[in-house]
Amino acid sequence: MKQLLTLKINGELHEVWTSTHKTLLEVLREDLKLTGTKHGCELGECGACTVLIEGEPVLACLILPVEVQESDIQTIEGLAESGSSNAELKPHPLQTAFAEQGASQCGYCSPGMLMTAKAFLDKNSKSDSKKPADRQEIRNALSGNLCRCTGYSKIIEAVEQVVEEIQNGAVHA
Amino acid sequence: MGQYMPEEKKTANDFQWIGKSWDQVDAMAKAKGETVYADDLFLPRMLYAKMLRSPHPHARIKNIDLTKALKRRGVIAALTGRDVPIPFGILPVSQDEEALCVEKVRMIGDPVAAIAAIDEETAEAALEDIVVEYELLPSILSIEDGLKQLEELELVAPDVPADAQIHAYADSGNIHKQVALEFGDTDAGFAEADHVREELYYYEGNTHLPMEQHASVAQHGADGRVTLWSSTQTPHYVHRALAKVLEMPTSQIRVIATPVGGGFGGKTDPFQHEIVVCKLAMMTGRPVKMTLTREEVFYTHRGRHPVLMWVKAGIKSDGSITALHFRNFLDGGAYGSYGVASTFYTGALQTVTYPIANYKFEAMRVFTNKAPCGPKRGHGTPQPRFALEVLLDKFAEDLGLDPTELRLRHLMPDNSLTVNHLTVTTNGLGECLRKVTEASVFQQRRNESSPGKGLGLGCGSYLSGAGLPIYWNKMPHSGVQIKIDRGGGVTVFCGSTDIGQGSNSVLAGIVAEELGIHLQHVIVVTSDTDLTPVDLGSYSSRVTLMTGNAAIAAARPLREQILSAASEVLKIPAEELSISNGKVGQQNGSGEPVSFVDAVQWAEAKFGTLGSVGSYTPPRRGGKFKGAGVGPSPNYSYSACVAEVTCDPESGLYRVDKLWLAHDIGQAINEKLVIGQVEGSAYMGLSEAMMEEQVYRTGNSASSGGSGPAGLHKIPSMLDYKSLTSLDMPEVETILVETNDPEGPYGAKEAGQGPLLPIMPAIANAIYNAVGVRVDEVPITAEKIFQGLQDLKKGKSGRVGPKKFPSITFPEALRVEPPQ
Repeated sequence: MKQLLTLKINGELHEVWTSTHKTLLEVLREDLKLTGTKHGCELGECGACTVLIEGEPVLACLILPVEVQESDIQTIEGLAESGSSNAELKPHPLQTAFAEQGASQCGYCSPGMLMTAKAFLDKNSKSDSKKPADRQEIRNALSGNLCRCTGYSKIIEAVEQVVEEIQNGAVHA
Repeated sequence: MGQYMPEEKKTANDFQWIGKSWDQVDAMAKAKGETVYADDLFLPRMLYAKMLRSPHPHARIKNIDLTKALKRRGVIAALTGRDVPIPFGILPVSQDEEALCVEKVRMIGDPVAAIAAIDEETAEAALEDIVVEYELLPSILSIEDGLKQLEELELVAPDVPADAQIHAYADSGNIHKQVALEFGDTDAGFAEADHVREELYYYEGNTHLPMEQHASVAQHGADGRVTLWSSTQTPHYVHRALAKVLEMPTSQIRVIATPVGGGFGGKTDPFQHEIVVCKLAMMTGRPVKMTLTREEVFYTHRGRHPVLMWVKAGIKSDGSITALHFRNFLDGGAYGSYGVASTFYTGALQTVTYPIANYKFEAMRVFTNKAPCGPKRGHGTPQPRFALEVLLDKFAEDLGLDPTELRLRHLMPDNSLTVNHLTVTTNGLGECLRKVTEASVFQQRRNESSPGKGLGLGCGSYLSGAGLPIYWNKMPHSGVQIKIDRGGGVTVFCGSTDIGQGSNSVLAGIVAEELGIHLQHVIVVTSDTDLTPVDLGSYSSRVTLMTGNAAIAAARPLREQILSAASEVLKIPAEELSISNGKVGQQNGSGEPVSFVDAVQWAEAKFGTLGSVGSYTPPRRGGKFKGAGVGPSPNYSYSACVAEVTCDPESGLYRVDKLWLAHDIGQAINEKLVIGQVEGSAYMGLSEAMMEEQVYRTGNSASSGGSGPAGLHKIPSMLDYKSLTSLDMPEVETILVETNDPEGPYGAKEAGQGPLLPIMPAIANAIYNAVGVRVDEVPITAEKIFQGLQDLKKGKSGRVGPKKFPSITFPEALRVEPPQ
């Protein structure tokens, strides 16, 4: 069965005529060609397909689009925009930090990892506690995203870099 | 222009790029999700393909009926093995794979038919319409079963003698390959020894688990040519395999390796799905895509061989090794893959770290009805290295020596030959050992008796590229072509394949260094058989050394042309000019420099269109005996690791607190990438040391592990196949040691595989130091440690590991005289 879905992705409204049982991951990649979101298992095990729904990290392979028709969906393609404040599109500080730290090797887990990290930073900067996130909290936040190349350390260091930059006021989350 | 000559090497230390840290050339594309992997390709009118896979570990195919499937709405084409019957395989000696099985299936997951349909869902549904009649055959699921003579295995159909034989071409029965080599006289060596140990070790199989599932897209053009985009580490070998199976000249086939989302050796063979999409594209005239499911990736495998090892070693009281004898059984799975090479690699590199006076190596690779094993990071080397390094730890205790001291006393010297005729140019292991043990305060802290705390040491060595190609030829292993645009843009073409290790960045950095320009002006075009000169691929840690040397060879003649043209215009001798930071000027700094762009234009005016090629062929080395082709390399990297663990002496549960890992890199090209490779190796080694297992049901009963038939993968999912997460990974202190090797570009060695090798034995040795339990097996799980602790409580040895070894006669060893 097909149906017309209205999805708000990275601030844009998309109307998609597609099978109701397709997952959000499939609709993003196959119907909308938003291929920045990756898949490693399609069973909710690896974290590669993480997107944000209302700012919360979710696995797109476990979500039916019909459930999120009213929601703000953010994918890796929308990450740069959300971090920019002027006309010229700037990478999100996390993207810059990932590039600088060498947090991507094959890069396949990076989009999911970045979206998880973004949700973590946003939550962290909104929390009442004035204490910046420590390494253990970052490890906890990223523990649902598998990476086979880096051993995680450069990813953790990239997130730490942005935590510090936010703390110093150098960037805004 | 250039064949790379070692003496051309630049020795200056004032590099602009080499040894520095710079971002991967595609770092931002990856962070933005813009990198296009194979499954990200969507072509107009594209069809989706799926393969029907065998539910039986070993069966004859009696009939395949596609009628119903072809009638399903949305199905465009269907295929069986009869349509693509020509066998293929990565090694010329084991052309034993079929795009779709023709006569029989040899493992659960072997594909028998394929469907192309308008979408993936339709293709999947149509698989259920296919009717296959199988006749079951006896299945072989372990090394022990595989070693049985065929007569003993005729359980199901005694009238058909070959039923239990997985491949008719095996050396004997189900023994795919047997090797027996002796260098020197081990009997005499053991007689000279003061201490002799004879032990058994086992290393369980595990898999690469790349984040990206394999995917391929094929297109058949109106010009009759086939283009394949695929997540492969070896486009050149895929190109050759396609030509063979499709019976087309290679000129009619284009293979493009898309950025690989994790390889680790798992995407190094030509694969069935790659051939099937090409054939279906030719049949339908439409592009066809196939993406494997995660479960299919587990069955595609080519991962670490399970290896059962018997080791006998003799040493003198000073710790020198008088004789070493390895007997290895490899569980190969259902196909050859790289298995013949893997078999030799379980013996070849033990000799490269410490001098061994006499060495005997015997091995058998056994065919079993399971997913084929092949090359995983370290290829055949981690298993015997684990055994050897644990054994040395035991010897150190026997002799009352510190394990560091035992190793430091006996290191392969620079410019020496091993007992099996391998050339060691430079050996940084001594410095690696001194630095890791100093940083971890090893000697002192391992003798402190804090309960449950332990420190362990391991070492290793790996090749920077295999000395010989996969198929016999005398051509270069790597070729680089460079063109320079009038605006100063430099495009570098090379067949090498970036699998995340950063080979594109290495290529760009070396050309930027040689031409004295900024990296941003270097454009890298790689891994496209239409556009790029052959590079053999991303395997055996060969890329930095081989493409690096080829890139230097290609860039230098261009630099000379540019300097020669500038010399003419500036009226200054070319020898007095140099290029750096995008300027051509006098080396002594006098005068006004001119821009690189001006100099390039003068050069084009003088010489015509600017372009050059360079290539690299490794030096011919190694012995003259049969089997001498595996092991030689231009140089060897060395690594040493200290692991610190905390282990609960009651339960055996343990955590790794920290790893100190020193690696002899020769010379880092890009330090950031090298550290990334070292840390990634530490992670992958630790993950397999602690938990990774590719394991199968061995019988049909519930007691053989879950439900389903024998030969079924027990845990084909990323949840059940355990790997370390961000919570489990300890801190890694990386220490780089530079030996400036004469063979590597600027002195470089490999970094992608060697640093993995010392991790597993370091963990085992640390556990022993912590709680007195010897786990002579990988993975080293809490359950096994617990078993050892129970054993200790009963006053026994506390050793956990294999207890039985098959009694089988090896062929008489080929005797080889050690080098003089």
